[in-house]
Amino acid sequence: MANKTPLFKELTKGIIKENPTLITLLGMCPTLAVTTQAANGIGMGLATTFVLLGSNIVISALRKVIPDKVRIPAFIVIIASFVTLIGFLLEGFLPELYDSLGIYLSLITVNCIIFGRAEMFASKNGIVSSAFDAIGMGIGFTIALFLMGSIREILGAGQWMGMNIPVIHDNPMLLFIMPAGGFFTLGVIIAVVNKIANRKPPLEIECGSCDNCPMSGKCEKKEVAAE
Amino acid sequence: MKTLIVILLSAMLTDNFVLAKFMGICPFLGVSKKLDSASGMGIAVTFVMICATIVTYPIHHFILVPNNLAYLDTLVFILVIALFVQLVETAMKKLLPPLYKSLGVYLPLITTNCAVLGVTVLNIDNGFTFVQSIGNSLGAGLGFLLALVIFSGVRKKMEYADIPETFKGVPATLIAASIVSLSFMGFSGLFS
Repeated sequence: MANKTPLFKELTKGIIKENPTLITLLGMCPTLAVTTQAANGIGMGLATTFVLLGSNIVISALRKVIPDKVRIPAFIVIIASFVTLIGFLLEGFLPELYDSLGIYLSLITVNCIIFGRAEMFASKNGIVSSAFDAIGMGIGFTIALFLMGSIREILGAGQWMGMNIPVIHDNPMLLFIMPAGGFFTLGVIIAVVNKIANRKPPLEIECGSCDNCPMSGKCEKKEVAAE
Repeated sequence: MKTLIVILLSAMLTDNFVLAKFMGICPFLGVSKKLDSASGMGIAVTFVMICATIVTYPIHHFILVPNNLAYLDTLVFILVIALFVQLVETAMKKLLPPLYKSLGVYLPLITTNCAVLGVTVLNIDNGFTFVQSIGNSLGAGLGFLLALVIFSGVRKKMEYADIPETFKGVPATLIAASIVSLSFMGFSGLFS
């Protein structure tokens, strides 16, 4: 039991306390782009979870083999391989989802969440806790995407997971499924989360946050901002 | 020639990478606070996009496709981009120190900018020719620059606005982005 508690913590921290999308503000591009429908949100979330799980396990297993200097290219290759893999799987088994995710599927490669977890967690921790960390973060991401997708689909199309919603379905607010609605919905959700968590909102997005950023060692942006 | 202009303008305005396709949101929100850094980032991204297109297009058509390896696109492209950014950074540092001083700080951030990978993959997906690909990249880069510059102006005004406590910071920025994106929707249907 004593052994179980930390693992459980790794799992839950990604869902609530360090939710990648809503708290640490990573991976904004897919969050905004594919959430015109709740189902797409889940699909994207699970695809990302798969890549995250695979890359975290492999990187964690190889963490002592990969030399520090070439770790970023090595991580990129590992992540991109898993993205190619999930691309094949989706194309074969869920062609509809594959079509609706389109180019954003290959853009999972540059999703900051995956890179951030590889750099911050998997390259420093064991395989099992890395796997739990990946699952937790993946679930947190999926929940956030599902929430965004549900709000936008219900308000923008009057539908939810294929069901018609009475009243709204007749007069949908098209704005919400348009790009502008994506920005708006995410802004409101983050504000609500801040209100609930009673937390001072982050005043700056520094490409997510510098703590999680794999480039932060090389990045001189902090100094630029200070100037 | 006409199609080339249509490709360039639609990548820049109607299908603006940031405001309509949601690519490169991180720099869009992170670097747009000041006009200098916004334009610096925009120019650096445009430059890398065009160079990456020039390199990835022949790799796809003359190396990957003849060997039936087209599925390796993502993997090869991201490596090429990472390598290329590194190369540009080193070359600039040696050859053009003034340019490096103004753009150099943004270069490492570009590797993880999904707009660059996005544009190279889109060029292949849309079946563009080499010249059209460059036109598309140039349009996408200029569109990115345009969005960043406009948004830096909006954010400057926002500093003086009286925003409710909960919305301060990121939420307000996102809602402002939503309004800018709304105004770009006015361009839709321009080329249909």
